[in-house]
Amino acid sequence: MTNYVLDLFSRSIAGGRVLPERDELSERVKPRKDAPTGETAPNASPAPRRESIALSGVFRSYANSRGSFTPALQNIDLEIEQGEFVCIVGPSGCGKSTLLHLLAGLDRPTTGEITVDGNPVQGPGTDRILLFQELGLFPWLTVRQNVEFGLKMAGISRDERRDSARKFLRMVHLSHFEDHYIHQLSGGMKQRVALARSLALRPKILLMDEPFAALDAQTRDMLHDELERLWKETSPTIVFVTHNVREAVRLGDRVLLMSFRPGRIKSQFQVTLPRPRHVEDSDVACLSKEILGQLREEIDRSFNAEYSREEKR
Amino acid sequence: MKKSVNQLIFAVGVLVVWEGLALLKLWPPYVFPTPQGVAESFWAGIADHSIWIGIAVSLRRVAIGYAISVVLGILLGMWITWSKFLQDTLGGVILSLQSLPSICWVPLALLWFGLSETAIIFVTVMGSMLAVTQATKAGFDNVPRILSMAGRNLGAKGPQLFWHVLLPASLPYLVDGLKQGWAFAWRSLIQGEMLYVTLGLGQLLVAGRDLNDINQVVVVMVLIAGIGYAVDSILFRKLETSLRDKWGTAIAAAN
Repeated sequence: MTNYVLDLFSRSIAGGRVLPERDELSERVKPRKDAPTGETAPNASPAPRRESIALSGVFRSYANSRGSFTPALQNIDLEIEQGEFVCIVGPSGCGKSTLLHLLAGLDRPTTGEITVDGNPVQGPGTDRILLFQELGLFPWLTVRQNVEFGLKMAGISRDERRDSARKFLRMVHLSHFEDHYIHQLSGGMKQRVALARSLALRPKILLMDEPFAALDAQTRDMLHDELERLWKETSPTIVFVTHNVREAVRLGDRVLLMSFRPGRIKSQFQVTLPRPRHVEDSDVACLSKEILGQLREEIDRSFNAEYSREEKR
Repeated sequence: MKKSVNQLIFAVGVLVVWEGLALLKLWPPYVFPTPQGVAESFWAGIADHSIWIGIAVSLRRVAIGYAISVVLGILLGMWITWSKFLQDTLGGVILSLQSLPSICWVPLALLWFGLSETAIIFVTVMGSMLAVTQATKAGFDNVPRILSMAGRNLGAKGPQLFWHVLLPASLPYLVDGLKQGWAFAWRSLIQGEMLYVTLGLGQLLVAGRDLNDINQVVVVMVLIAGIGYAVDSILFRKLETSLRDKWGTAIAAAN
């Protein structure tokens, strides 16, 4: 039932379109006063959970300096449901980031198809927001202006976007820092600005690329809690890439393990542990250990590949 | 405070050494200027207005020339950044033209425009525009990829991406280029002014030599350096500070 309500809610916010026209976009991004909340969802007939993202036979390869092609992703078939929290783990160089860039429309698959709600992804769209590992916050803008950026691009009026930005800054507990510049913030605060900036567009899908990798453990724990809370409040579909298995188990409904180059989905783990979880929970540790065992094989393969390349030089 | 004290000590030191050397009379007075001679020459220039006229005429010319080179330089830089064809072709030409001392443009300017105001401004523009062009191109080329990706990801396209991401992100380079462009414009102008009767500071400098008046030569040299430094501080000091503090968007202050 909860899932169904979340589903309805996220659909009502998101409008269910890829690459909307400009005027449609601005309409969609505006805060909706009439959006049904979880409690008052209309009594429609119960529908099965709909898939949000679907990848079928996706390959991506890059031309390398020797004139041949290095495959980054190979034969990815994947379905992600609306409102699902999917974590992807894998050794570095397995194409995790590439996968997110493809979903965000910042890169295109060499072959294969990616659809979001049945519509092929043809470029960037504000229904899918990618949180970069390097964040990409704009140093010339204040915290609030950063959060407003997407809304400004969508042509939303100054007052409306200020209110909206303030609301999301409250959500990430940065209200007192709205007039600061980015370099004045700590790493964790920057993360939260980037999160608020992404959420302000009310994306249907939030793509996160190792967002907490560079943070200390306490800050990371805190941000896990916050992210989980924000996910419940705004119910986007989340695809979360990390190399930290415990983090993946802590957060995800499902954990995908990717193999070393070329990246394939090696195995999947459904995480049914009750929320809220904590990275130190014994259940989390137990499942992590299982996943880590498989991950280690891939890490070994990646090490071997790196060493053999060095020997060739 | 410490800094200004140091500067004062240095200035007094220079004057003492200078006066001391002058008192030793190692060189004839038309070769080695004395502090008194330079001061007298300066007051004489102020009194007969020749210094004021020189400054006013030169500043007016450099303002026109610099404005033109900023506008054209930025436009050309943008054009080259986004046209593969121009990058492959004009890119190299611009690099080679930049190694040309601006005085090399004088013969061409004289043949095209005669002994005119236009000729001097042409030399000024040619001397500084390409530095602005290069900096503009470097600025846009060096926008971190992550920032333009973030911009696109958040819904900025085409002109929006340009105005709200690429331009502000390249501003640190751009301001550097504008600063360099100013220095080149001022130098080129003085070089151009030295070639014929032009009323500017360059002309005053040459007049000093023609009259064998080493004091006037030194006065005008100090003036040229001092004005170059002062304008640089007025135009760019604040802008650089604010960029450093926050990467501001106050590009208007540079023009």
